[in-house]
Amino acid sequence: MNAETNSSSPNGTAPQGSGPGSIDPAEVAKFEAMAAEWWDPDGKFRPLHMLNPCRLDYITAQIAAEFDRDLTGTRPFEGLRLLDIGCGGGLLSEPMARLGAQVVGADAAAGNIPVAQVHARQAGLEIDYRHTTAEALAAAGETFDVVLNMEVVEHVADPPAFLATCRELLNPGGLMICSTINRNPKSYLMAIIGAEVVMRWLPRGTHDWRKFITPDELYSMLRRAGLEPVDRAGFVFNPLRWEWSLSDSDLSVNYVTASIRPR
Amino acid sequence: MDNPRHGRDNPGMAHDSDILIAGGALNGSALALALAGAGLSVTVIDPVPPHAQGADGFDGRGYALALTSQRLLRAVGVWEAVAEHAQPLLEIRVSDGRAGQGASPFVLEFDHAEMEEGPMGYMVEDRFLRRAFSAALETHPAVTLLGGARVVAQAAGPGGISVTLEDGRVLSGAVLAGCDGRGSQVARRAGIRRSGWDYGQTALVCAIAHERPHNGVAHQFFMPPGPLAILPLPGRQSSIVWTESHAEAARINALDDAGYLAELRPRFGDFLGDIALAGERFTYPLNLTLADSFVAERVALVGDAAHGMHPIAGQGLNAGLKDVAALTEVLALARRRGEDIGRREVLERYQRWRRFDVATLVAATDAVNRLFSNDIPLLRLGRDLGLGLINALPGLRRGLIREAAGLTGELPKLLRGRPV
Repeated sequence: MNAETNSSSPNGTAPQGSGPGSIDPAEVAKFEAMAAEWWDPDGKFRPLHMLNPCRLDYITAQIAAEFDRDLTGTRPFEGLRLLDIGCGGGLLSEPMARLGAQVVGADAAAGNIPVAQVHARQAGLEIDYRHTTAEALAAAGETFDVVLNMEVVEHVADPPAFLATCRELLNPGGLMICSTINRNPKSYLMAIIGAEVVMRWLPRGTHDWRKFITPDELYSMLRRAGLEPVDRAGFVFNPLRWEWSLSDSDLSVNYVTASIRPR
Repeated sequence: MDNPRHGRDNPGMAHDSDILIAGGALNGSALALALAGAGLSVTVIDPVPPHAQGADGFDGRGYALALTSQRLLRAVGVWEAVAEHAQPLLEIRVSDGRAGQGASPFVLEFDHAEMEEGPMGYMVEDRFLRRAFSAALETHPAVTLLGGARVVAQAAGPGGISVTLEDGRVLSGAVLAGCDGRGSQVARRAGIRRSGWDYGQTALVCAIAHERPHNGVAHQFFMPPGPLAILPLPGRQSSIVWTESHAEAARINALDDAGYLAELRPRFGDFLGDIALAGERFTYPLNLTLADSFVAERVALVGDAAHGMHPIAGQGLNAGLKDVAALTEVLALARRRGEDIGRREVLERYQRWRRFDVATLVAATDAVNRLFSNDIPLLRLGRDLGLGLINALPGLRRGLIREAAGLTGELPKLLRGRPV
């Protein structure tokens, strides 16, 4: 499902520093056009837009539960510092900022940063978008209350090392939401044959089925990284309603976990 | 869009309110209170000057509120103010009729005793509803009410939608809700077209005082020119909605009260004893309109702005309040997820929820009206047999009762009596 980070690997060849600070005015129109494409619900990122309400339902519920926030209030995530790894055009960063979180959006693909910046400006949101990686942020000693690690781990070269980096990025008591794709015949059929070949939701080669991770494998990797898994759920696509929903029991293809860095 | 004064030149502006509502009549007021109750801020732009609403005495206009609508009114905090003036609908009798002959012997009866939720609905006078809504709007801290104000332009952009008022003020929000009726200017400015047709009929509306008690029974007679509904009001009064051809309605409405009553009496017989006019007489030409889309960029249409339907089953306001409940739930959930509540994909959820339902209802009320508004003997026999048959099949009848009470379909939380 990872179109947001498909041109990058969060622990690949690392760009340094915090990326572009301001946008060249001559480039703004181009970035606006790219932002419009990112944010077009029927455009090339349609699969992400379809999945997004479901992802947000899970993320917001977990943050609210962990930090005792009331989602019916205004700006319930005020005071929380949040990192969105592989932020792309900002599909998760913007909702988090709108809910009051202080958001850093990181993407290893330099081209995504000004696009996300332009869109946040149009939306009237303040988000700190950076061309950087999880490793660079950890090396700089940055820490967060929440780390969003959505559809990233199946793309990295060394998942255990990457999850250990994520733990370093969390404050004690901090929360990481991590989603990925299960590895079984059904997920091969759905995520590779279905999404890439039949529906063409994703470019061919977006995913390598061998890098998919079973929930048990992920749980043990999380534990070995020093994190404590506290919850998991499935993202299930219903072809009749043509929408995604959360499932407590069906983790057979796309699924998500919540884990805590113990105090 | 009509006005360029917007967004891109002024990025990151804080909105005046989350939602701007054009039109402060019943649907607009209900939407404002429901959204405010769900934690969103609202500005209502109402062409009616403040304190001009609901100050009047009895005028005979009323609504048959479905049970679900009553739940919504309770949830938004106006039911208490209208409850003491509401007449529970305990039974609905539907029958075929012909002027001068009264009802046919085949009567379809819907009795609330067959339904566990209580009365099927309530009759409430227009004035009490309006009064309760304006009092609630004026005191709600999350609602700004601009009375005597009119939207003359709107402009949607990536950061929000701005509206220009007649006096030059400019307001911005994430969403503009068009609750501005059949001739919706919000819809027109958003480029939404409407389909519709004229029924060639006019509804005559009045209230009567009658000698005998109505016992909470509503009657619907299907007469060849069109339906006649007798809806019980508190005490020995009833609201009458009566449909005739434009020409016949004009002729009858031109008569004096005695002449008008002389036309009315034979149409439903003498089961309520002697009758007299109470309140005023109104006429409404009947036409049906359906907006081709209920949403546009940062725009959602609600109630008559989205769908104006034949009042044959009293479903106009009830359908509008279903819109209110569905839109409120969609926007409240989107807000809690942190989504931009004005984005097309968010508003499309509202459209998917409501438009199919409404189109079905519009088609059904239209078909019922066409079936019953004629005097072909075979059709009349078929109708009578059909009504008798429905009556004989308790399962089917119970289904229709629940439909009349609004209890079918995927109900928004507010219509189930639950908070959003």
